[in-house]
Amino acid sequence: MERLEIQKTYKIFIGGQFPRTESGRYYSLKNKKGEVLANICQSSRKDFRNAEVAARSAQSGWSSRAAFNRAQILYRVAEILEGRKDQFISELIVQGSSSAAARVEVEMAIDRMVYYSGWCDKFQQVFSAVNPVASSHFNFSVPEPTGVVAVIADEKSSLLGLVTAIAPIIAGGNTCVVLASESKPLCAVTFSEVLNTSDLPGGVVNIITGSAQELHTHFSSHMDVNAMVYYRDDKAQIKTIKENAALNVKRVFVYKENIFSEDHANPYYITDLQEIKTTWHPIENIGSAKAGY
Amino acid sequence: MSTTKEIKLNFNAAWELAPAPEDTSHISIKSQYDLFINGEFVKPESKKYFATYNPATEVKIADVAEANEKDVDKAVKAARAAFGKWSKLSGKERGKYIYRIARLMQERAREFAVIETMDGGKPIRESRDIDVPLAANHFFYYAGWADKLEYAFPNRKPKPLGVAGQIIPWNFPLLMAAWKIAPALAAGNTVVLKPAETTPLTALKLAELIRDSGLPKGVVNIVTGAGKTGAAIVNHPDINKIAFTGSTDVGKIIQKAIAGTDKKLTLELGGKAANIIFEDAPLDQAVEGVINGIFFNQGHVCCAGSRLFVHESVADLVIRKLKDRMETLRIGDPMDKNTDVGAINSKEQLTKINEYITIGKNEGAEIYQSSCNIPKKGFFCKPTIFLNASQSHRIVQEEIFGPVLAVQTFRTIEEVIEKANNIPYGLSAGVWTDKGSKIFNLTTKLKAGVVWANTYNKFDPVSPFGGFKESGFGREGGLHGLAAYLNI
Repeated sequence: MERLEIQKTYKIFIGGQFPRTESGRYYSLKNKKGEVLANICQSSRKDFRNAEVAARSAQSGWSSRAAFNRAQILYRVAEILEGRKDQFISELIVQGSSSAAARVEVEMAIDRMVYYSGWCDKFQQVFSAVNPVASSHFNFSVPEPTGVVAVIADEKSSLLGLVTAIAPIIAGGNTCVVLASESKPLCAVTFSEVLNTSDLPGGVVNIITGSAQELHTHFSSHMDVNAMVYYRDDKAQIKTIKENAALNVKRVFVYKENIFSEDHANPYYITDLQEIKTTWHPIENIGSAKAGY
Repeated sequence: MSTTKEIKLNFNAAWELAPAPEDTSHISIKSQYDLFINGEFVKPESKKYFATYNPATEVKIADVAEANEKDVDKAVKAARAAFGKWSKLSGKERGKYIYRIARLMQERAREFAVIETMDGGKPIRESRDIDVPLAANHFFYYAGWADKLEYAFPNRKPKPLGVAGQIIPWNFPLLMAAWKIAPALAAGNTVVLKPAETTPLTALKLAELIRDSGLPKGVVNIVTGAGKTGAAIVNHPDINKIAFTGSTDVGKIIQKAIAGTDKKLTLELGGKAANIIFEDAPLDQAVEGVINGIFFNQGHVCCAGSRLFVHESVADLVIRKLKDRMETLRIGDPMDKNTDVGAINSKEQLTKINEYITIGKNEGAEIYQSSCNIPKKGFFCKPTIFLNASQSHRIVQEEIFGPVLAVQTFRTIEEVIEKANNIPYGLSAGVWTDKGSKIFNLTTKLKAGVVWANTYNKFDPVSPFGGFKESGFGREGGLHGLAAYLNI
């Protein structure tokens, strides 16, 4: 007797919840044979704005967590990814990957998450400075998260592109709204489930599915988004994003390197989304003896 | 109230100081300046010149060339031609050229200070003790980085960007030129720099100095002009990097203008810093910090402490001390060594400041101004504070860029953090309290690139400077300032 398989409903991930798009719109994801794999949420501007509100609400809590705690949470994400490895591999195969390529992608994604977990409580030490000013002051500079980051993730990969974008952003204490690959959206939803079961506070990462062509103007013109990261190569979109960024002086980063390149594991992706803050304080002088560093 | 009267400062003592004007006989200013392109002064293709005035006397000092698109193109071509050799020169040799510039500037420091004050209106005390020494030190600091760049960015081999177009404001003309040129050269770039149209002279004197230093031709090009000249730099297709210091409005225009290009960008824009005094602060020092925060350089400072937040329990006392201290400020001839507050940089700026003073009165804030006399000639503005300002007032939300302070009070620390952060700007902030844990609580929560705790308006070449949010991005100064001029 054949058993009827239970199919998964693919939703979006906002504020630690899994709503459908408020717009009620969807697009059908098909395999090479033209069979419908799933109906995917065609997220709207309103979904993005809701996600941004969730990201902003989560921002100060996430950035003020102990760096060590953030490291543990990113490591926990990697642990759960590892445990659900087979699910991601089969999802990638369904979306057109060979089984060997699928395995490589999932393993790279897990390792990249572990890599950035390690940086959570180290990049501050590497990129901070005590500055030896000429006057009698203690002066130091430290990186602080830029804030809320809007991301248009890699189109060509379903999982690795998401992990590559999200890990350095949250390792540095930022929160984000991410638009997943339009043509390979399945892992986005499953990865959201991983995030949701790994002690990551709701709202730190929000993932929506849909069209970059429709959403890039809304991502880049939102006045409460501090930075934008773009992993695709549409020149017209890049130009519009950079133009809209000027509305509130958003920081814009366009990353063109192949997502599978090992150079994506480096702390400069963290520091791109950090602001250097410098603090001054006088040092007491006793008699004529000046103190300094 | 009787106790407050007892400790009031006594102004009956002999406060009259004899005029102590700085000697101007040892400086040389030509009546006309051309553009500095490819190591020499050349006549502008535009054939046009504009005058630069002393804002304290309204007397013309010199005529300065106005660079048009053709002139800018010549400068960019010269910078491009020089880039190959300059960037391939060993860091050690590049550094030695920059050291030489630093030393020449130290030798001619007095001349630069006098011209800075004549052209810009800032007190000679400030140009002599702050602007010029800091500018020279900036060159000296970055000179030493030229052969050590790989130590600044672990695991990377940083490379220069190419030709940098640099546009600087009129509030710290020479110092901003140093902030822009020194790290760019240390990193191996060549530059086209445009000083502000009201204060071009010290940049042109710097051009003379650079020519005398033997720096290879074309490595530094200095073109003068107003907004159109700046636009020609921003839009030039062969520029790799734009560095701009100025207003947030213009910064946004620049960010938008280069959107379709691969030009790199750093912006150091406006600010509206909160200067916060808690009841446990050393109040006399705090008042000194407030005075320095808002009246330094006539308030023409992007990081000026233009919003004062006073803990309600000490507000009356602080405001009285502040008023008393304002009475002791000496406003007038910038060339006088006793002057605290000099001339407003231009007629346009004075008009803008006066408009804001009118706005503040109309919004219902209570105005208080120093009772001093101001010179009849020249552009001057009395030190001004507005009491009982509220968060929605334009004088609280908008950058005035003049000696105008908006005063608010607060009760709780949560309230003051909320109010301090609730503006689009995020350049700087000040905190006054005797409690260390409170300082660190605030410095971590204030969204600002520079936080001065129990001090204000301190600058140093080793100390990174730059903003959060709409105050811009990128840093100038220190190790972090190198990143603006390198591919990492």
